[in-house]
Amino acid sequence: MSGFATSSIARKVVMALSGLFLVLFLLLHVTINLSSVVSPDTFNTWSHFMGYNAVVQFLMQPILIAGVIVHFVMGFVLEVRNNKARAVKYVQYKGGANAPWVSRNMIISGLVILAFLGLHFYDFWVHEMTYKYLEANPEDPTRYYAETVEKFAPIWRTVIYVVSFVLLSLHLWHGFASSFQSMGVNNKYSPAIRNFTRLYAIVVPLLFIFIALYHHLNPITH
Amino acid sequence: MGILDSKVPSGPLAEKWTQHKNDINLVSPANKRNIDIIVVGTGLAGASAAATLAELGYNVKTFCYQDSPRRAHSIAAQGGINAAKNYQGDGDSPYRLFYDTIKGGDYRSREANVYRLAEESVNIIDQCVAQGVPFAREYGGLLDNRSFGGVLVSRTFYAKGQTGQQLLLGAYAAMNRQINRGKIKSYNRHEMLDLVLVDGKARGIIARNLVTGEIERHGAHAVVLASGGYGNVFFLSTNAMGSNVTAAWRAHRRGAFFANPCFTQIHPTCIPVSGDHQSKLTLMSESLRNDGRIWVPKKLEDAQAIREGKLKPTQLAEEDRDYYLERRYPAFGNLVPRDVASRAAKERCDAGYGVNKTGEAVYLDFASAIQRYGKEKALTSGIKDPDAATITRLGEEVIAAKYGNLFQMYEKIVDENPYKTPMMIYPAVHYTMGGLWVDYNLQTTIPGCYSAGEANFSDHGANRLGASALMQGLADGYFVLPYTIGDYLSNDIRTGPIDTNSEAFDKAEADVRTRMEQLVNNKGTKSVDYFHKKLGKIMWDKCGMSRNEAGLKEAIAEIAKLREEFYTDVLIPGGMDEMNQELEKAGRVADFLELGELFAKDALHRNESCGGHFREEYQTPEGEALRDDKNFTYVAAWEYKGEPKDAVLHKEELTYENIELKTRSYK
Amino acid sequence: MKLLLKIWRQKDASSPGKMVDYPIDGIEGDMSFLEMLDVLNMQLIEKGDEPVVFDHDCREGICGSCSLMINGEPHGPDRLITTCQLHMRKFKDGDTIVIEPFRATAFPVIKDLMVDRSAFDRIQQAGGYISVNTSGNTVDANAIPIEKEAADDSFNAATCIGCGACVAACKNASAMLFTSAKVSQFALLPQGRVEATERVQNMVRQMDLEGFGNCTNTGACEVECPKGISLENIARMNREYLMATAKG
Repeated sequence: MSGFATSSIARKVVMALSGLFLVLFLLLHVTINLSSVVSPDTFNTWSHFMGYNAVVQFLMQPILIAGVIVHFVMGFVLEVRNNKARAVKYVQYKGGANAPWVSRNMIISGLVILAFLGLHFYDFWVHEMTYKYLEANPEDPTRYYAETVEKFAPIWRTVIYVVSFVLLSLHLWHGFASSFQSMGVNNKYSPAIRNFTRLYAIVVPLLFIFIALYHHLNPITH
Repeated sequence: MGILDSKVPSGPLAEKWTQHKNDINLVSPANKRNIDIIVVGTGLAGASAAATLAELGYNVKTFCYQDSPRRAHSIAAQGGINAAKNYQGDGDSPYRLFYDTIKGGDYRSREANVYRLAEESVNIIDQCVAQGVPFAREYGGLLDNRSFGGVLVSRTFYAKGQTGQQLLLGAYAAMNRQINRGKIKSYNRHEMLDLVLVDGKARGIIARNLVTGEIERHGAHAVVLASGGYGNVFFLSTNAMGSNVTAAWRAHRRGAFFANPCFTQIHPTCIPVSGDHQSKLTLMSESLRNDGRIWVPKKLEDAQAIREGKLKPTQLAEEDRDYYLERRYPAFGNLVPRDVASRAAKERCDAGYGVNKTGEAVYLDFASAIQRYGKEKALTSGIKDPDAATITRLGEEVIAAKYGNLFQMYEKIVDENPYKTPMMIYPAVHYTMGGLWVDYNLQTTIPGCYSAGEANFSDHGANRLGASALMQGLADGYFVLPYTIGDYLSNDIRTGPIDTNSEAFDKAEADVRTRMEQLVNNKGTKSVDYFHKKLGKIMWDKCGMSRNEAGLKEAIAEIAKLREEFYTDVLIPGGMDEMNQELEKAGRVADFLELGELFAKDALHRNESCGGHFREEYQTPEGEALRDDKNFTYVAAWEYKGEPKDAVLHKEELTYENIELKTRSYK
Repeated sequence: MKLLLKIWRQKDASSPGKMVDYPIDGIEGDMSFLEMLDVLNMQLIEKGDEPVVFDHDCREGICGSCSLMINGEPHGPDRLITTCQLHMRKFKDGDTIVIEPFRATAFPVIKDLMVDRSAFDRIQQAGGYISVNTSGNTVDANAIPIEKEAADDSFNAATCIGCGACVAACKNASAMLFTSAKVSQFALLPQGRVEATERVQNMVRQMDLEGFGNCTNTGACEVECPKGISLENIARMNREYLMATAKG
């Protein structure tokens, strides 16, 4: 194992694995969110479970946060190293001639998503923590739907969410397929894998966008 | 016998090498650790020798002017490497390879050396496969072979059109293993500028670090020169831009005899010259002649129309084409040896049948091969009654699989699609059979100075067969030199490290410095390339594919004059103590200007036509080469005496005990 | 053809460099790119200026010496060729051509357009070989049949000319395509399996030590590679490396 952890390939594998983990999480997330469109009650039930189940709260949630941090920190470490690998830049560099924009700008899409995560945490996670622990409010299994819909009332937040999901789509477009290559998978199934990952990269963010717009356009009227 | 002792062992031909290996002295492993060897040049011969010597335990230093040993020009060899493996069961044997090589060389090579080469050829393939060289294979997983010019068996192993690359990477990998072990130290971007002799023995070199300009001294118990050929004396050749004669020529000036300089191979299938700006010529592998048919128009007016662009070759009817090789040499057809094919192309073009703008090109046509393969492929793929388009498509696929990279290269350079219109080709300088004279042990006339690969003269006589250069380079480097050099070094186990502060090194370094200062400080008006191009033109016009007495005499006078002009009028910007590519070129061209004259002198003295040396005065009524075995069955080895014109000829008589000297016939 | 060349000039490794403009005339479409630079150099020499230094040797696309970043792309705008095979017919009269050295921290500039690519040699020295001595009695070459497909894949990887275009093209100056081609060439053959574990670990370690960037799978290397070396090689190296690590 000597030198493994610091090797460029190991770092890429860490990026790939943490990325794949987050991709999986997105699927769970979008599924729960979709229920808010279909059935507010189901949404409330699932949200309550996620918010109060001990395994989710004290095992899954820290793992998820760790996953995000690892993905972000490693991404940043790689970016710094990659920058150092070309200390003197080209006067003219035609990156677009040989590689798509998304693959060359993962750091940009990644940073946008990170910034979005800040807002998203503030909106939901900080809110939850305050509600549950700081203010120690009693459990209310029916509050989630209304709280969520209310978040999307302001146009600015909806716009930010939509834009971020577009960037997420771009990030996934390259990142999801790329993670297989990083882990050494490139064979006759690769074209199929790539098609699936690209479909995923479009559909999942689109669903998120749909949900955000749906709640923005359908506020709860009392 | 003159002063040249070939040291060929006695005994029957087939046993000489084995017996010799049993008889020569060895150096013990403990003593090898104390012996240093310098290898100049890292092509097939140099890299393989360096790797093997290091494996044996010697301390090796390699030198190459390129930025990496892997870039030596062996890498550009395309077609393949011969070996008498008889995997095809077509009756091949070391004897047949030996026979073909002697005959192909027009009976001007040394029997014992060539037999040894044929013997070792089989080991080369085994060794390279063990190293992981990815030769072409058949579907059964076994090695594939193709056929080359001048032979009637399939004994050429290949890796698409990049055999040289794969073999060199194999030898380079073997070197890398020794570099990793610390047994080889590789000095890249270094150029050898002189050989240092101590008490008459080669004991080191003076080299220039091409990055810093620093002049360095390197001592060793023996020096191996594997620095390639001197085809660039013609300026335009298929050699790399940097290929040069300097290492060999510096050794020649220090006492190593230079053998058969006029034996030059002009390769028949190269991309024709396109204009004055041309810096080098590109070879199209001889393997193409397996499937391509060479022709020119039968009628002068058609040739004229083609040259003017009024007629396309594909429009010319079959009966209006002259497949002149098939016509003249029905037995071997398009696969005659290189010298024969080149001269035949020149003959047609000189007669006015050339097909490009300059009138110096012939066609190499794949149309019939495409049809033949297409039909075959349709049959084996179970396609019944294929239409013409399908046959052509299938045929083109087969051709692409065989020669794809060559076709692509051609299209990039010429901007024409060779699948659709015949390639245009013309002969170009490719290889030099001549080189430093070496004995059976590959030692030059300077004790301790060895020479391997194209740099020596040893195995190809007056003409080299296709796919034999790679074979010779690797045989010398892997299997011959590492053993024969031990015989010499066994006397050096008590010598101790070579002192590079000795007077001999002082003097050699001073010589080098003086020479370079003279060049740098000259401040003339003309660039190095100006002189190189002029030299090339003299060589091509008067010492090229055909030579005559008057032309050679003119060449000698013109080169001597050009050399004088060079030293008074060359302009080299920049200084000595820095990277200076013009200075590098100047040193090389200065040596070419001496070699060129010796070349012409050698060609003038050899009053016969043999192999690549065609003297117009000596030909049969049909225009075939006329050898003079009675007077010229010898190696001409020239001793340096100052000016090239003063060089002294020494003859090594060639005796043929196992092969009867015959007129070469490929009819 | 009349062109404006913008060329990076730098005296030596320690001096700063800058772009210099060189107008040039009389360029023909049949000239190769390097022959066009020859014309420029000839003019510079005749004026007593120092010619532009660049690496080149075989001029037929196989030695891997020539490099050059031409208008933002290694080996110029054409595909599957080296700079020496690029012909001026790819340019138009009046074009401006920007010519820079291959840029990577692991490829320091030596002078003008010439860079030091010895990092590639060191990567290969770290394990790019099969440990077999030259004895003259290794097994017969046909003793081990090798599946044609594996032999062809190995050959395709082995056609790498080590020019460094992959590094030059990569936005991260990563040498993964080069290293993986070298690893694959041996990994695909039975002879090469014996040392496969050590080989991939040592070569990757050396690659990292040289200061190349990481692969982010942009695929630029594959597009710009004059020999069309496939990204599959990178996946194979990743796999080999992970397997080697698992084996310990």
